[in-house]
Amino acid sequence: MYELIVIGGGPAGLAAACEAWDAGLRRILIVERDKTLGGILNQCIHNGFGLTYFKEELTGPEYAHRFTQLLAKTGVEVRTDTMVLRITPDRRVHMTGPSCGYRIEEASSVILAMGCRERTRGAIGVPGARPAGVFTAGAAQRYVNVEGWMPGKRVVILGSGDIGLIMARRMTLEGAKVLACVEVMPYSGGLTRNIVQCLEDYKIPLYLSHTVTDVLGRDRVEKVIVSRVDENRRPIPGTEMEFACDTLLLSVGLIPENELTAAAGIRMDPRTKGAAVYENMETSLPGVFACGNVAHVHDLVDYVTRESQRAGAAAARFVLNGPAAGEEIPVENGPGVSYTVPQRVRPENVDKSLGIFFRVNRIFGRSRICVEAEGREVCGFDRERMAPGEMESVTVPKKLLAGVKGGLTVSVREVEK
Amino acid sequence: MRELVCIVCPRGCHLKIDDSLNVTGNACPRGEAYARAETTHPTRVVTSTVRLVGGQIPRLPVKTGAPVPKELIGSVMAELSRVTVTAPVKVGDVVISDVLGTGADVVATREIPETVKI
Amino acid sequence: MYDVLIIGCGVVGAATAMELSRYKLSVAVAERENDVAVGTTKANSAILHAGYDPKPGTVMARLNVRGSQLAAEYCQKLDVPYRRCGSMVLAFSERDMETLGVLLDRGNRNGVPGLRILTGDEARQMEPELADTVLGALWAPTAAIVSPWELCLALAETAVKNGAELKLCTAVTGLERAEDHWRIHTNRGILEARYVVNAAGVDSDTVHDMAAPHDFDIRPSRGEYYLLDKAEGGRVNTVVFQCPSEKGKGVLVSPTVHGNLIVGPNAEASPKHDESTTAGGLDFVRETAKLSVPGVNFGQSIRNFAGVRANAGLDDFIIRIAAPGFLDLAGICSPGLTSAPAIGEYAAELLQGDGLRLEKKEHFEFHRRRIRFKELDEESRRELVSRDPAYGRVICRCETVTEGEILACFHTPIPPVSVDGVKRRTNAGMGRCQGGFCAPRVVELLSRELNVPAGEIVKDRAGMKILFEETKEVRGDV
Repeated sequence: MYELIVIGGGPAGLAAACEAWDAGLRRILIVERDKTLGGILNQCIHNGFGLTYFKEELTGPEYAHRFTQLLAKTGVEVRTDTMVLRITPDRRVHMTGPSCGYRIEEASSVILAMGCRERTRGAIGVPGARPAGVFTAGAAQRYVNVEGWMPGKRVVILGSGDIGLIMARRMTLEGAKVLACVEVMPYSGGLTRNIVQCLEDYKIPLYLSHTVTDVLGRDRVEKVIVSRVDENRRPIPGTEMEFACDTLLLSVGLIPENELTAAAGIRMDPRTKGAAVYENMETSLPGVFACGNVAHVHDLVDYVTRESQRAGAAAARFVLNGPAAGEEIPVENGPGVSYTVPQRVRPENVDKSLGIFFRVNRIFGRSRICVEAEGREVCGFDRERMAPGEMESVTVPKKLLAGVKGGLTVSVREVEK
Repeated sequence: MRELVCIVCPRGCHLKIDDSLNVTGNACPRGEAYARAETTHPTRVVTSTVRLVGGQIPRLPVKTGAPVPKELIGSVMAELSRVTVTAPVKVGDVVISDVLGTGADVVATREIPETVKI
Repeated sequence: MYDVLIIGCGVVGAATAMELSRYKLSVAVAERENDVAVGTTKANSAILHAGYDPKPGTVMARLNVRGSQLAAEYCQKLDVPYRRCGSMVLAFSERDMETLGVLLDRGNRNGVPGLRILTGDEARQMEPELADTVLGALWAPTAAIVSPWELCLALAETAVKNGAELKLCTAVTGLERAEDHWRIHTNRGILEARYVVNAAGVDSDTVHDMAAPHDFDIRPSRGEYYLLDKAEGGRVNTVVFQCPSEKGKGVLVSPTVHGNLIVGPNAEASPKHDESTTAGGLDFVRETAKLSVPGVNFGQSIRNFAGVRANAGLDDFIIRIAAPGFLDLAGICSPGLTSAPAIGEYAAELLQGDGLRLEKKEHFEFHRRRIRFKELDEESRRELVSRDPAYGRVICRCETVTEGEILACFHTPIPPVSVDGVKRRTNAGMGRCQGGFCAPRVVELLSRELNVPAGEIVKDRAGMKILFEETKEVRGDV
């Protein structure tokens, strides 16, 4: 019997386990499907991690290493090369691995930290032939950075998510020619710094409001056709451009990996595609928490760490002090906002302040974020610029939540200069 | 006057720098330093891999311990192609010292235990 | 010298090979590609039709109904995923209702059991997601769904286990009649056989013309499909067809044996091997399917694909002795998959009629089992992993396929040589991430088991290389 089982040994699981240890739990197990801890950070060999949390610029493997070192100082048990197949509502965790065999462990609390997966060609319906040479950017990243193989030499990238941008630079450095990065939206889905240092540094053109409308080649990709799209994202005939290439990389979004979550009957949020969570990252199943990319897709690991520490501390509190109590109110997205995390809040259970993560649904210039209750502004925050590709967060002091009934709404409106 | 996006951190400040190297639009001193460097002698940290033997994976991730001149990135990559490292490796182990006389060491960014290949 | 050489190892060639392997004959199958089931067999609706479509009195009608019975038996014996879920043909107008009457009559004359016309409400009671506009439906309880490539693989493996020789990567380039046998020219030299069977699918016209005067053309027809996530797999429980009309055959919405939802196809004339999808074709499939089942959530799409059918533009299959010692199994369009087991049986009969002596072997091995970790109960899993730890390591997360299952398929009569070959044998890579996570690991396993560098591993057909060269080849400036 464990006090806590953490499913996933990536950045979310590591931070959650360390925090739960610090908060007093002593029987903790991390279950990781890969042979080593660190999750996707191990293949993210570029730098830019840790600026917020560690105040220095680390690569993915280094960021993971910081946490595995912290973990080594605890008594947290780790089972690598082991995959969780099922969680039951009474927190029995079914797992299988070559060394541990097929077994079922019981836990007083569970933290879901399985991360996310990439959207595929099938999910976005790129028409055309089906030759070899179409990869998700993350799969290509694994081939190049971990396996040491080049999946292509002349490359077009569809989607301007961060992994796609990072791979544009990475493939270029390893000798490939990246011909274009194509984005269906009128703005990039990645961080601005990545546009600068991954595309502009290497003079790779970015085609906004364009998409891939055909793939040609029988055995291997030989060509892709790129067309401009209208404001409804429909290709405009006559705008076709042809790129002779051998590879198409897709960086078209990430989806929280929630097969276990949904199968356990946990309430999901169709907007985040993750579990709906409370202020302490607890799901609808008491004692089961979700954090990191399995809850909602982040663009910065530093925020994953913070959020996962919240989950780790809450799991410890659940085990040591019992279930959280109090009335609950919903947090909803108003105009300009596409989702919020958490989705529900128990004001009584909020520590000193309530952190709300959200994304805007379009590019905003100078604007104000309003947290409202029953049409009254509880608090507001000013921003110079916001984009859907960059997750936002606000912190609402607990005292402002006193007396709030009916729920909170987060909205964004542009303000005059 | 030149405009640039700061790449020091994910915030991505929109910077302006004039001919006398006065910087505006930065939220922190690192942005100011970045704008000056980018205008006078642009540099980048290079992250890549080198061949690895004796570990569980065939490549070791590495980085330059300090930014190197942008125009030397390609030459640094060529240097990395010539190196093979043998496990075990610790984070921070120097793979190439003072690469191309830039003053920056190329260092390992991942810990690789020695493994017996089966 | 072989007694019989079969050209093509799709489901028709495989069924014929298996049938002939029951007898004391030397049998070979020449397949152009590096694996079986890689043509029309792998890309279709995966339906075993009840048999009300073909015109009564045709060979097609007889083989469809017989094939549907045989397929059920074969799937059970050879461990092929199969589910008799029944099918409905929907009517949206009075005219469609008349068509249902015609189909019912045809089905009865073809000997299809259990056919019944349902009212719209009865149909909706069975399939609550059907559109309100559905007026009625033809219910066919014997229709089933199947894993088409696994059926083909199981038949081919059984043939090989019983002595048939499978020659992969062997493309037939010409046929030459010698005194009492055929000389078969291939890219790998000349083979000789007393009888040749043409099971070349969309190329069956070309192969026919090598042996006999030209008298038919394959006019390939491409059908495009959506495959949806398991979250949509329960949208319908039966195969939901639309009424054939002047606008075309309509598209179907059906569960698959793997738990997904399949939607399609359209039908467009196409080149022989063009498996491309098109924006227009997929739009058509989506819009047309919504007439039957408005709630299908195409946001859950995990894959689009297209298959090319070997249409000859006739009401019947082209099954006949076309030259001495030369049997055509040509123009096998829908319901070819359903009919295949019966085509194999019939092929043996026709060859016998042409003088081939059929003498049963004393022992015919008609058994096949494979371990599917996902389907085992807790106790069996525990036992399996403790016996062989490789079954404890999950390689494909989406479909829960273990390393043990993948390693096991290298020890079957027809081992895989490609990533898709592993997928067809184990389901690894078939799920929602479409191999994003597991493909690199499958490449690693293939590389190890076949003892070739990762760079040589192909996605499917020979030539479909995945990787180019190792990294760290940068010498000069970038």
